Amino acid sequence: MSISAYDRVKTARDNKRPTGLDFIHGLFTDFLELHGDRRFGDDPAVVGGVARLEGRPVTVIAIERGHGTKDRVARGFGSPNPEGYRKALRLMRQAEKFHRPVVCLIDTAGACCGIGAEERGQGQAIAENLTAMMGLNTPIVSILIGEGGSGGALALAVADRVWMLENAVYSVISPEGCASILWKDAKKADEAAKNLKLTARDALTLSVVERMIGEADLGQPPFYARLRAMLSRELTVLSEQDALLSQRYEWFRRIGTAEQEGNRDT
Amino acid sequence: MSILKFRYNPKNELEPGGRSAAPVQQDESEPERTCPNCRKSTPVSRLWANQNVCPCGHHFRLGARQRIGLLADRDSFREMDAALQSCDPLRFSGYEAKLESARLSSGEAEAVLCGTAAIQGQPCCLFVMEPGFMMGSMGTAVGEKLTRLFEYALTHRLPVVGCTVSGGARMQEGLLSLMQMAKVSGAVRRHSDAGLFYLVLLTDPTTGGVTASFAMEGDIILAEPGATVGFAGARVIEQTTRKALPKGFQTAEFLLEHGFADAIVPRSVHRETIGYLLALHGEGGSQ
Ligand SMILES: [Zn+2]
Repeated sequence: MSISAYDRVKTARDNKRPTGLDFIHGLFTDFLELHGDRRFGDDPAVVGGVARLEGRPVTVIAIERGHGTKDRVARGFGSPNPEGYRKALRLMRQAEKFHRPVVCLIDTAGACCGIGAEERGQGQAIAENLTAMMGLNTPIVSILIGEGGSGGALALAVADRVWMLENAVYSVISPEGCASILWKDAKKADEAAKNLKLTARDALTLSVVERMIGEADLGQPPFYARLRAMLSRELTVLSEQDALLSQRYEWFRRIGTAEQEGNRDT
Repeated sequence: MSILKFRYNPKNELEPGGRSAAPVQQDESEPERTCPNCRKSTPVSRLWANQNVCPCGHHFRLGARQRIGLLADRDSFREMDAALQSCDPLRFSGYEAKLESARLSSGEAEAVLCGTAAIQGQPCCLFVMEPGFMMGSMGTAVGEKLTRLFEYALTHRLPVVGCTVSGGARMQEGLLSLMQMAKVSGAVRRHSDAGLFYLVLLTDPTTGGVTASFAMEGDIILAEPGATVGFAGARVIEQTTRKALPKGFQTAEFLLEHGFADAIVPRSVHRETIGYLLALHGEGGSQ
């Protein structure tokens, strides 16, 4: 294969790539945006609300990078603040109460690195989403549609199904950050990307995601129709499952159990 | 005397709980440590007698076994999964050598020690992260050890006490490290849902994916004075925002002020404070 891991990173970040809101409008009908975390404010980097998927009520949460410079700046380039994660959690709890499934669309370079973000507990906000989603008693499907940057992406990806677009990436750290920490040279991002195993195929091989979604017709009506049908089928399956939470736990529980020496020494 | 030998054989033998057994003797030839806060140099034995805290109050870092020695009742620590250690699941360039040198320099197999212990007679599960092992970074072995500890604590209905020190998720294990944040959080959640107590002690430094997961998931979160605790690295924030960081940014005191820590507790009273909280939660209310 001639497409390098870092090529995929660039594709995932491409400004012309459909964003969270494009996916919302492509996949759902009757979307109504619901704002605010009821604690501090409303983070435009996270868009959430209610919608219908082939008629079925759902809660949708997307990270939105924005289109065009002005919009992108206003949305913090799709790097959520704590209030973004708290808004997402509020909407997820609302979904649980009214027995609606949750669909998360993830596209972020990572959680916002800022003074305000630290003052308002970025780490705590992400941590709370992880524990809350582990126990959220309604089906969750998370789809990585572009960049899946570290904890800021994981905070919306503790789900029953984690899917990934063919050219999306999912990584513990940006390749540039990794290269500058390890080799003091951000220009070695190419090398870091290869090492990090961050492509959709890598994530499939590592059993971190369950499905890879082809994107030859990305953004076209047939693409959304296919994904919509896939989602709809999956939500039906999940809504009939009674051991939802223990299966969600087990999905994550098994990751990284076989990669050690001295496993089970007791 | 080698540093290593000194570490395991301090001149002033410490009792568990960290009180010095003998009066401190000054020795002209003994090594000193310079405090980054007050810039004064103090003989290592004097620091030791004071639990590795400078007379000015600056808390030097502690190795995991040293901290267990200060916290746990004498001979009460029973280590679990001691041999469990990360391989190199992604074949990440240079990682194997890094693991090897971390093991040699720290004398530990991995970046966290887990086990059962008693603190002032209160039984608990205890994990302590090791700053000398790749700055306590979390890979699959750390995640697996912590998950097993919380699962064990759930089965045996024990509280968990955790001392965090970590640079975050270990990048050399890529996505597998990232997923440990979710995995451990799941185990914390199950433990919590069973009505069991989890106490976190944040120590210097606690950052990244550890702050964004189990370090912030305690029922009670204590912090050591002056500890750096945050999500993003201060340098990254400075470069991203091009703003000067406020004084005391991302310290334990900053966390307290913004409502993200319950209390700042100096090392000299860790044992008493944690012992008290374990006893209080063990008594139960109206069952
Ligand atoms: Zn000092």
